[in-house]
Amino acid sequence: MATLSAEFTLPLRSFTLGLSLEVTGTVALVGPSGAGKTSVLRAVAGLVRPPTGRIALGDDVWLDSAQRLCLPPDRRRVGLVFQEYALFPHMTVRQNVAYAGEARADEYLERFRISHLANARTTELSGGERQRVALARALAREPGVLLLDEPLSALDAHTKSAVRAELRELLTDLGLPTLLVTHDFEDAASLSDHVGVIVDGELRQLASPTELVASPADTFVASFTGANLMRGRVVGRDGGVTEVELADDGHRVFSTDDATGEVGVVVYPWEVSVGRARGEDSALNVIEAPVRSIVHVGNRVRVHIGPVTAEITEASVDKLDLAVGSTAVATWKATGTRLVPLT
Amino acid sequence: MAAHLNRIVLGTAFFLASFLALAFMVLPIVALFVHVPLTDLLHQFTNPVVTDALIVSLKTIVVAQIAILLFGTPIAYLLASRRFPGHAVVVTLVELPIVLPPAVAGLGLIVAFGRFGLLGSTFEWLGIDVSFNQTAVVFAICLVAGPFYVRQAIASFEAVDRNLIAASRTLGASPSRTFFKVTMPLARGGLAAGEALCLARGLGEFGATIMFAGSLQGRTQTLPLAVYTQFEAQGGLTIALAISALLVVISLAILLSLKATSLWQLSRQSSLSPFARSRSV
Repeated sequence: MATLSAEFTLPLRSFTLGLSLEVTGTVALVGPSGAGKTSVLRAVAGLVRPPTGRIALGDDVWLDSAQRLCLPPDRRRVGLVFQEYALFPHMTVRQNVAYAGEARADEYLERFRISHLANARTTELSGGERQRVALARALAREPGVLLLDEPLSALDAHTKSAVRAELRELLTDLGLPTLLVTHDFEDAASLSDHVGVIVDGELRQLASPTELVASPADTFVASFTGANLMRGRVVGRDGGVTEVELADDGHRVFSTDDATGEVGVVVYPWEVSVGRARGEDSALNVIEAPVRSIVHVGNRVRVHIGPVTAEITEASVDKLDLAVGSTAVATWKATGTRLVPLT
Repeated sequence: MAAHLNRIVLGTAFFLASFLALAFMVLPIVALFVHVPLTDLLHQFTNPVVTDALIVSLKTIVVAQIAILLFGTPIAYLLASRRFPGHAVVVTLVELPIVLPPAVAGLGLIVAFGRFGLLGSTFEWLGIDVSFNQTAVVFAICLVAGPFYVRQAIASFEAVDRNLIAASRTLGASPSRTFFKVTMPLARGGLAAGEALCLARGLGEFGATIMFAGSLQGRTQTLPLAVYTQFEAQGGLTIALAISALLVVISLAILLSLKATSLWQLSRQSSLSPFARSRSV
């Protein structure tokens, strides 16, 4: 897989966007709206011209301000899927896909299971169908890089979880360097290997989702990343409590949510208590493991224990005398474990 | 009780005002058709004054429309898609002829392109003669009616979703393919509406034409000029009425086709506007 490297500055209305990124696999940029996320995609696609910087896919240089080089969008091998999909309303589904590449239009209609909609107007489609058309069209141009702008935000909650799973599978199959932007950390974490948090045009931190939750670079990243996200498999349900085995390390956790099969496990750091030894309280979830990291975030501290991160006060850390490598116990109630469809 | 009475009075007043307004607008049209028997009007359509004017009008309007489309579309597209210093000034200059008295536009044409005008000698050197001929009529129509098309065309191009144009480019289409395959088809309805307005205005052009091109039968006398000339002439009232009736029919046809176009546009949208809905309830 070729690497997309992008390093540029771009003045926007109220701040200057500046970032440096290497993309192999899938990278998600998350941040609040107005953080400059979409501008990153537009710069890579060639729809805006950063005054300084360099953007290249492998040996293929698209922008090099030092050489005064800036290729127009049609000469960059990008597949950009717009937030609202930007399907041509005056064309049928097939015409939309064929616009990007006549030769492989039918193949992509087939692949995205939209052959039966070939002659439909794009205005007649559902949200999920529109997204499939947009993806088929972007890929029919045979891009070297896939850019996705808020790929899930235009979908209703019901469609979203199904589409998220499909999209993850697709991105794995394609093996294209993919840059996606979203305002939803959960979407970012579930779709990509690396997540970059971007605020006011500045990349605050780029790391794996687990690392981001465990050791956020600053309070903003901390508040934005929010929850622990783990993967697991339901192994049983008894007395209104579901037992889940975590995929990473085999720890067992418990939830009051009902689910079966493979699930996503969501736990908020502020719902996890930390102790030095197993207590006598009623919390069902108990994980005893070495402390991996202790990170100060404002007046709070994030303690990474085994698979989860807890957020506690500095006073508690002092009282417990926690140190990296020492064993600690993380506990939380079964009601604090949320089971979500795995994506 | 007083409120109830108030409502009746107000309702009646509105109804009465509406009725008078409508009657005021409709009566002149009706009068054109009933002042002399309809058969007298129809007989006039073999009169050379009428046929000459019709031919002059058709020839000049067709040439003017082609010129307006050819030159007006690019300037409208540029003004809609580019922002540059002085953009608002250029747009205002383009719109100015819409509000300018046509007689003033005509005089402007004379002192710009006429024999003794600013470009008079240049035009003479180029072999372009614009004095009292059909070229002059075309010039007058272009100046007075052209802005109606350009203004509507700017709005139509601006209404095309920027993201669709951007999408086209990222899908590998060149700027020209994007223009012809995406921008133009999406702006088409609006362009056609502007074109119809411009056609109607051009067909009725009077002031600038009579100033710049004169009113020579068979040469520069268009339908509206013939109406005026015949009305002034001894015993020409019936001819003037016949031409007027013809112009009413043509104008109505343009208006109806314009409405049909915008209705057709509306029917392609996935949701109707609230106003459209309230009309059907």
